[in-house]
Amino acid sequence: MTNDDTSFSGHRWHDMGGMTAGGIPTDQHDFSLWEKRVDALMVLCSTKGHFTVDGLRRVLEDMPASAFEDMTYYERWIASVNQNLIESGVYTTAELGARMSEISARGDTYGEAASD
Amino acid sequence: MPIGSKGCQTMPHDHTHSPSGHPYRKDDDVPLNYWQTLEIAVRELLIEKGVTTATEIAAQIDAMDARSPANGAAVVARAWSDPAFYDQLLADATTATRDMGFDIGPMKLIAVANTPQLHNIVVCTLCSCYPRNLLGLPPDWYKSRAYRARTVKEPRKVLAEFGVTLPAGTQVRVHDSTADMRYIVIPQRPAQTDGMSQQTLAQLVTRDSMIGTGLAKTV
Repeated sequence: MTNDDTSFSGHRWHDMGGMTAGGIPTDQHDFSLWEKRVDALMVLCSTKGHFTVDGLRRVLEDMPASAFEDMTYYERWIASVNQNLIESGVYTTAELGARMSEISARGDTYGEAASD
Repeated sequence: MPIGSKGCQTMPHDHTHSPSGHPYRKDDDVPLNYWQTLEIAVRELLIEKGVTTATEIAAQIDAMDARSPANGAAVVARAWSDPAFYDQLLADATTATRDMGFDIGPMKLIAVANTPQLHNIVVCTLCSCYPRNLLGLPPDWYKSRAYRARTVKEPRKVLAEFGVTLPAGTQVRVHDSTADMRYIVIPQRPAQTDGMSQQTLAQLVTRDSMIGTGLAKTV
């Protein structure tokens, strides 16, 4: 499926079962700290009732098909977690924007920018 | 490029210590990208708003790291050794595994057993649903387009890529997971393992044998 494909097969992009695809990739990467934190935030926020796994999936599935190629797994997840938290009113887009600017100014690496 | 492989390369960098003077974890010493910045911002805002704490997040990561296929292997080894437990597991895997301390939370777990006539394999065509309580986090290939797309269409070819070739007469049954329903495969017990302890048996149970893309190790 390409970005300019306007035909609709009856499947949304995430509904991949039965499609033609290449060999199973064998590469494996260890999850980095920031990825584990994304996972932990999803579990904690959903356990505490700020959104549900269905909310997580709604945002993931509304992404364009290209997101599956252009973004990594936990990049898509943090985008969805953030969208759900803004929708449920935990913080505002203004608060988020201000915080992201502040974080970017802290340093050039994750270790410098992430407060522990 | 397989999913999950970007953004994690270690780049040469002058700094070997964080501003606090501690050595960086290896995966911290990479150029900060947009999504990592977003993760930091979301986490800090959640802590400031009182939704969670840094301690709680660290404990959640520790719990995640503690879950591994060894959990599932203990379940399988017990099922091989204890016929009453085997029956319980097939009847209600959610409860049977919770009673062993492997709580799957609000989801349901179904155990499916391989036999000489039947081989089971698990996929999540829609995303990456996986029995994390028994196997930990899913491997990258489980989340790949190729595995998700092809397993329901040509499972024998997929199995062959994992080195599993089944007799032509063996039925292959593919289970498609959902957000609420997870599966664990009980592989066939290898021959010549009579009298082995559950602990020894568990060492024969691989992660892939519990997904259905592998078989238990032989002795």
